Amino acid sequence: MRKFNQFIGFTFSKLAVSIVILTLFAILLFIFKRGFSVLNPSFIFEFPKDGMTKGGIFPAIIGTLCLSFGGILFALPLGVMGAIYLSEYAKSNIVIRIIRLGINNLAGTPSVVFGLFGLAVFVKFFGFGVSILSGSLTLGILILPVIIRTTEEAITAVPKEFREASYALGATKWETIKKVVLPVATPGILTGVILGVGRAAGETAPILFTATTFYTRYLPDSIFSEVMALPYHIYALMTEGTKSELQLPIAYGTAVVLLFLVLGINLIAITIRYRARKEKKW
Amino acid sequence: MVNTKIFIKNLNLWFGKKQVLVDVNMNIAKKTVTAIMGPSGCGKSTFLRCLNRMNDLTDGVKITGEITIDNKKIYENGTDVPTLRRKVGMVFQRPNPFPKSIYDNIAYGLRINKVSRNKIPEIVEKSLEAAALWTEVKDRLHESAMELSGGQQQRLCIARAIAIEPEVILMDEPCSSLDPAGMFKIEDLIEKLKEEYTIIVVTHNMQQAARISNFTAFLYLGRVMEFGDTNQIFTKPKEKLTENYISGKFG
Repeated sequence: MRKFNQFIGFTFSKLAVSIVILTLFAILLFIFKRGFSVLNPSFIFEFPKDGMTKGGIFPAIIGTLCLSFGGILFALPLGVMGAIYLSEYAKSNIVIRIIRLGINNLAGTPSVVFGLFGLAVFVKFFGFGVSILSGSLTLGILILPVIIRTTEEAITAVPKEFREASYALGATKWETIKKVVLPVATPGILTGVILGVGRAAGETAPILFTATTFYTRYLPDSIFSEVMALPYHIYALMTEGTKSELQLPIAYGTAVVLLFLVLGINLIAITIRYRARKEKKW
Repeated sequence: MVNTKIFIKNLNLWFGKKQVLVDVNMNIAKKTVTAIMGPSGCGKSTFLRCLNRMNDLTDGVKITGEITIDNKKIYENGTDVPTLRRKVGMVFQRPNPFPKSIYDNIAYGLRINKVSRNKIPEIVEKSLEAAALWTEVKDRLHESAMELSGGQQQRLCIARAIAIEPEVILMDEPCSSLDPAGMFKIEDLIEKLKEEYTIIVVTHNMQQAARISNFTAFLYLGRVMEFGDTNQIFTKPKEKLTENYISGKFG
């Protein structure tokens, strides 16, 4: 009977995994099939033409890259410092509990709210306008909770032995954090970066009012330029314009590019992480 | 004792409500090896960690009494703990090299203690030699310390500790995770190091305490049952309890 229960348990978990994998492949297959017809080098390296019914999506790719990396640029230092404070310095008291609650709520906030916040604060109040800067800041706030949480986990997972060894040599707390804890935690922090970049590259709502434009003939030349972005481009192709039969394949093609872009970014981070892990065995 | 390095007076320690050390009194002489032995959970490691204030890192710890090293009360307000720890080095139970290269493991302590950059290579070599590790690693100083064997890692940790020129070295069961060959190497090393350093070794290996130490303290339930010359403790213990422990009646 116990064996039977085990059999049932394993079968269901296998089934669950299969369903997840199958769904994933179904999505990929579907998008790839629909978008395949437009995929070629010129689709990637050309500007849109003829009211977005022809041509490529180069400015949207560049825009998404700028926004994602801009977002990380803001979120990484802030998030890492915040996580250091929370895990190493903060005593567990009411203030810290409120901060943690705030971070958790930030993680659960609908992304369109971040968009509105970005519009009100970065675009209007600080006067950055609809720009890479405003969009990056908004995305930065969006991915901040992910960075904080993964960094905190990574820091907490650093074995006590390393810290003790460092303290025993006369290191201060800050020296220990900077030179022992953070290097050891780096692979874990990179996991947060992976998740963050993926999230930032794929989000539409936060950049909708803060960074993106439907169409531009220019590549961004400063952080105050407005840009096209892949997810918004898909949205625009699906909701605007008149020739949907020509726009639809481009939208699917854009989706394929977006998927591969995120995959590519993740691969870079995974490679870094793998190298870091290989050097540090314990 | 003439050359007393460390005075410990009425040391009491609590973790939360649990009292771990009770009225510990001990004077430790300069450039000798003192072994602290006793059954598991008797407070040996906790006692050792008082001497470089490592217990400060544990939540809910309360300490009363006095520890004086070179006429300085180390628990007095205003004591600079990093400076104290530089002077009182420590080797841990499980070898804990940093996940860095062999070279950087030793250079780390030198760098944070602001040793001038051009002196570092020389000190690294000298420390590795002193820890009897130099010939084994001199061709792979820049490989990860994690590749070394357990015994080599522990000697690296000793090299790391002596590189910053402490005066006291605390060793918390330094051989407990090593094979006999590794253990004897460490013991030889301790024998050699006592010419320059004051060494306090926690061990629950009685033969080891007898082999390497000048003085031995027997701790039981947080109290020092007996403290004295190692020979005397092992041949003519004054306390019945010590005798029972040494003869293996409990432990």
